[in-house]
Amino acid sequence: MDALPLTANGCRDLLAAGEVSATELATLYLDRIESVDDAVGSFLLVDRKGALAQAAAVDAKPAGERLPWEGVPIALKDLLCVKGLETTCASRILKGYRPPYDATVVAKLRAAGLVFLGKLNMDEFAMGSSTENSGYHVTRNPWDLERVPGGSSGGSAACVAAAEAPWTLGSDTGGSIRQPAALCGVVGLKPTYGAVSRYGLIAFASSLDQIGPLTRDVRDSAALLSLIAGRDPMDSTSLGLPAPISLPDRTDLAGLRFGIIGEYLGESCEPGVREVFDHAVAAIHALGGVCEEVSLPSVEKGLAAYYIIAPAEASSNLARFDGARYGRRAADADDLLEMYNRTRSEGFGEEVKRRIMIGTYVLSAGYYDAYYGQAQRTRTLIIDDFRRAFENVDFLISPTSPTVAFKIGERTEDPLSMYLSDLCTIPVNLAGLPGISIPAGHSGGLPVGLQIIGPHFSEQGLLDASYALEQRLAVRTSPPPVEVTR
Amino acid sequence: MIRREEVEHIARLARLTFDEAELGRFQHDLSQIIDYVQTLAELDLTGLAPTAHAVEVKNVLRADEPRPCLSQKEATANGPLVEEGQFVVPRIG
Repeated sequence: MDALPLTANGCRDLLAAGEVSATELATLYLDRIESVDDAVGSFLLVDRKGALAQAAAVDAKPAGERLPWEGVPIALKDLLCVKGLETTCASRILKGYRPPYDATVVAKLRAAGLVFLGKLNMDEFAMGSSTENSGYHVTRNPWDLERVPGGSSGGSAACVAAAEAPWTLGSDTGGSIRQPAALCGVVGLKPTYGAVSRYGLIAFASSLDQIGPLTRDVRDSAALLSLIAGRDPMDSTSLGLPAPISLPDRTDLAGLRFGIIGEYLGESCEPGVREVFDHAVAAIHALGGVCEEVSLPSVEKGLAAYYIIAPAEASSNLARFDGARYGRRAADADDLLEMYNRTRSEGFGEEVKRRIMIGTYVLSAGYYDAYYGQAQRTRTLIIDDFRRAFENVDFLISPTSPTVAFKIGERTEDPLSMYLSDLCTIPVNLAGLPGISIPAGHSGGLPVGLQIIGPHFSEQGLLDASYALEQRLAVRTSPPPVEVTR
Repeated sequence: MIRREEVEHIARLARLTFDEAELGRFQHDLSQIIDYVQTLAELDLTGLAPTAHAVEVKNVLRADEPRPCLSQKEATANGPLVEEGQFVVPRIG
């Protein structure tokens, strides 16, 4: 056994058949990481020792006593707390932080017997769309190492694309799972707000954040969602899913209506992306589905509302990083205020400071209602638009990202141009809806994703439709050849 | 354009300090972003209720029963400076 299984379901089958041991499987992935991660940079931390210890414990169990996913490796975005394992959110301010507890999703995966390969790079505190805002290093797109993998879960997406892990967890506040999944040619699912517990996810914008899977195919996405979903007493906003997720096997789209969001096909959408999108629409027709263009006028205001609400919540959430209780502390401060000021100014990166400043501004005296109040009412408008659309269609579709992966450095000088990367994904978070990005094709050799959006808690239907479409589109998702040395 | 003094005021509230060059940069970036988000002012939203959470949940309660939790030692293990289970910080200015 020396070929790398590319999916988690593939790993599970090999383990069940006794063709590979958990230790051999973990070693295959750890060796793959060693050979390609200097070039890709998906990982902030590779826990070889811990992974091999977990795998050895699985191998020590009699085969008949193992749980279904026991021994399958996974890697985690570095904002998920893993007990005793350094968790930094890719920020210098959390350098050295070792959480004293597991996030709920991590505890669930641990109980299911998954093997943790390590922690994945991201934009600092999940603020960004390219992973260039990491406080440690950039991650490169495995399809073209001169390009970004997207973000903020860029490490999670690149890791799957480069076959450094069969699947990963990321988080999505405005597109941070779907956009990097699209740019790296993998499947990324943002569940309904509340489907998955956020306990132990280091918060960015609490009313928008949601944890979800990045996988090579739709079935893996369904499997990982069912491992992590559920109500959790530790997160009072968590609700779980209405019914257990079953493995998608639908092969047609007969009787389903898809609304094409007209607002996302304007001039901001690259011609090559549009071409792939049109091809996906034709595939939906071929499978018996019906597509019609719909208008959601308010989504064009989504980006503006988001850049008030998310920074406002972030400025409050990030107030806790002050050097008193964890992470780094500025040395030799004369008094408490100086310690706060210097710890934060030295510890946070430029984009995080920008968001904290925007958030503090819009919440400051005299501006609250003009900005935050207006943004919250816009959020209601967007929710109403989606609700109306779902009276006539089962799902909404759009390109996941208006462009393919851009060059490293191309958008770092202009924050607004970077923010536009998430144009098509942001309103989904504002409305708390589930959304998935599946590989739809390539433009100029770079992956293009199709976004499918459903009503609250429609994950099963969303995954079933995605599976049918995935089989029909048959997009090449095998790992691109990564140059081992640069 | 947001005034320089406003940027300094917001920085004080956010517990951040900037040098001259950074102040200039943040003044430019914040002005640009605030100009952009101000486009929301064009919308007539009278009569619409503000949304704080997109998925409605109300009065989530749990039984008030003691459960195991972190020990003081575990809870303070990440502290940069800890004495007798307490976080030590510089004097208050």
